[in-house]
Amino acid sequence: MKVHEYQARALLAEAGIPVPASRVIDAPEQAAKAFRQLGAETAVVKAQVHAGGRGKAGYVKLVASANEAKQHATRMFAQPMVSAQTGPAGVKVRKILMAAAVDIAKEYYLGVVVDRARRTPVIMASSQGGVEIEEVAARNPGAIKKAWFHPHLGLQPFQARALAAAIGLYRLQAKTTADIMLKLARLFIEKDCSLAEINPLVQTPTGEILAIDAKMNFDDNALFRQADIAELFDESEENPAELRAKEHNLSYIALDGNIGCLVNGAGLAMSTMDIIKLHGGEPANFLDVGGSVTCEGAVEAFKIILADAKVKAVLVNIFGGIARCDVIADALLRAAQEVGFTVPVVVRLEGTRVDVARQLLKEANIPQLQPATDLTDAARQVCAAV
Amino acid sequence: MSILVDQDTRVICQGITGKAGAFHTAQCLEYGTKVVGGCTPGKGGTQSEHGLPVFDTCHEAVAATGADATMIFVPAAFAGEAAMEAADAGIKLVVLITEGIPTLDMIKARKYLDDHGTRLVGPNCPGIISPGACKIGIMPGYIHKAPSPGSRNIGLISRSGTLTYEAVWQCSERGYAQSTCVGIGGDPVKGLNFIELLDLFEADPDTHAIVMIGEIGGQDEEQAAAHIRAHIHKPVVAFIAGQTAPPGRRMGHAGAIISGGEGTAKSKIAALREAGVTVSDSPATIGEAVAKVLG
Repeated sequence: MKVHEYQARALLAEAGIPVPASRVIDAPEQAAKAFRQLGAETAVVKAQVHAGGRGKAGYVKLVASANEAKQHATRMFAQPMVSAQTGPAGVKVRKILMAAAVDIAKEYYLGVVVDRARRTPVIMASSQGGVEIEEVAARNPGAIKKAWFHPHLGLQPFQARALAAAIGLYRLQAKTTADIMLKLARLFIEKDCSLAEINPLVQTPTGEILAIDAKMNFDDNALFRQADIAELFDESEENPAELRAKEHNLSYIALDGNIGCLVNGAGLAMSTMDIIKLHGGEPANFLDVGGSVTCEGAVEAFKIILADAKVKAVLVNIFGGIARCDVIADALLRAAQEVGFTVPVVVRLEGTRVDVARQLLKEANIPQLQPATDLTDAARQVCAAV
Repeated sequence: MSILVDQDTRVICQGITGKAGAFHTAQCLEYGTKVVGGCTPGKGGTQSEHGLPVFDTCHEAVAATGADATMIFVPAAFAGEAAMEAADAGIKLVVLITEGIPTLDMIKARKYLDDHGTRLVGPNCPGIISPGACKIGIMPGYIHKAPSPGSRNIGLISRSGTLTYEAVWQCSERGYAQSTCVGIGGDPVKGLNFIELLDLFEADPDTHAIVMIGEIGGQDEEQAAAHIRAHIHKPVVAFIAGQTAPPGRRMGHAGAIISGGEGTAKSKIAALREAGVTVSDSPATIGEAVAKVLG
């Protein structure tokens, strides 16, 4: 789960990591007052959306007066932000963060993620802050220094001290930064993060160390024990169809093509998309109904797929294991009744109770249903149907 | 022959009194697995619906039944800890079926299991089966084909569940049996991975070819490719799911995500092909690819 920058900053501040003074506003008329409250000569006005590319899109602005703050806030609230990550319609800005601007002498990077290969969190630090870490990794991997957490003991102070020294900090700044690293590491563990990033961490001309921008993602699987984090979830940032699917325990991702997919199992769902593409088609979605799918869940899945106006044909690919083919067949029949099939639905069933399922579908005799003998046949049929 | 589990493996089920645990224990018993008991804290001294003894702790279960493997269906919030309890009780193979376990719990559990010399399969996986001998998990038994004298057998390693069934089915249909199939699971932090299992299959005289089913996310397939090139002499067939997945999105499995340009299907397929692996472009031609390498 993603959170907004202002929420991540609040979590850093709570953890004792120094961040510049800031205000969050949700209407343009609050901008001037917020600017004056900050009491700084200049402030940064930053749109709070999950999508990246804010700077290039003109949604991060340095302002020097209350009036200027209001102007930019008005524009940001009025016009959806369009960036490389948003699609042509853009995303609506609902909140703006205004932060006191600070003088920057040097920019650093700090980030914690899980290292899958080593099976433990790793903290990464770099003296090349302020740019995407992926860019640094591609250009100059040696500039990223790392320290791995002990799986049970976490990051140790000696590791943090060594890491601060490795990115060229010394004396008081090294001590402060090592302290920030330990706090960030603790925050990562305590809040079940999947990413905790400060970029940039800056040193001011007077030697202060401050976290200027923060990004935090959280492990969806751990939200059950992180009630305060779960509350930060912003529905307005999500695709409505994906949200609806989630409520029914379906894993759905909207894509650009015109062939709807309904599959059980994530791996099979991904490879169903692959085989459609291999036969010249374009999948409209990823949809995994899961192993313990009920008839209601599967009917909902059909509704979500068919609600997408782009969909010109549907491929149902079920390999029954725990999920039973007859349950899916039942759901197909119910969906045909409740929603009605206006597009061809190619059905490939195999596995648990497939004979019962095939019989059910045969007896129902729905003209839009096209049975397929195997996966290749199914892909061919559905691609020919669009 | 097989790897990790056979007809002598004695299995307990942690979470045997829960709905999923009870159902799949029955399925495993029906397949012929020696399930010898179960654990549910607070229900010790009772009998499960299968007539098996239920214990409060793994220690008691192991002492009473001589179990050497466990199948865990405990809810996600407690599953990591359940795996550690099994390891502490001396169980050497933990098969963790539960999905949705917090990553940090798995990090702690995996380290604990490593320190106890306990092997882990999963989590978020279908389990492990040596057809005809032992099934520990939720896969449908009938799609598999047990080795027989003179049969050509594959060993299978997969990050996916249903896609594994697909691959197994294609092989069985063509007359190839399976020595052992291991679902290693779709999570970013897990137990046994491609490399350890490739080595086990390489050493197993009754495995004639190895099928590996990977997917986008992480570097496991790339590392496996390097390992195959240096150490594996048996033919390897592979399929990688997620060739058309958009970057930055979690494709159902927590581990199936392309991030920072890493973990793409393209890079995995290229690495495997370079290592001499026969990579199937389509999920429908995995059986065909096996036929090609086994003749």
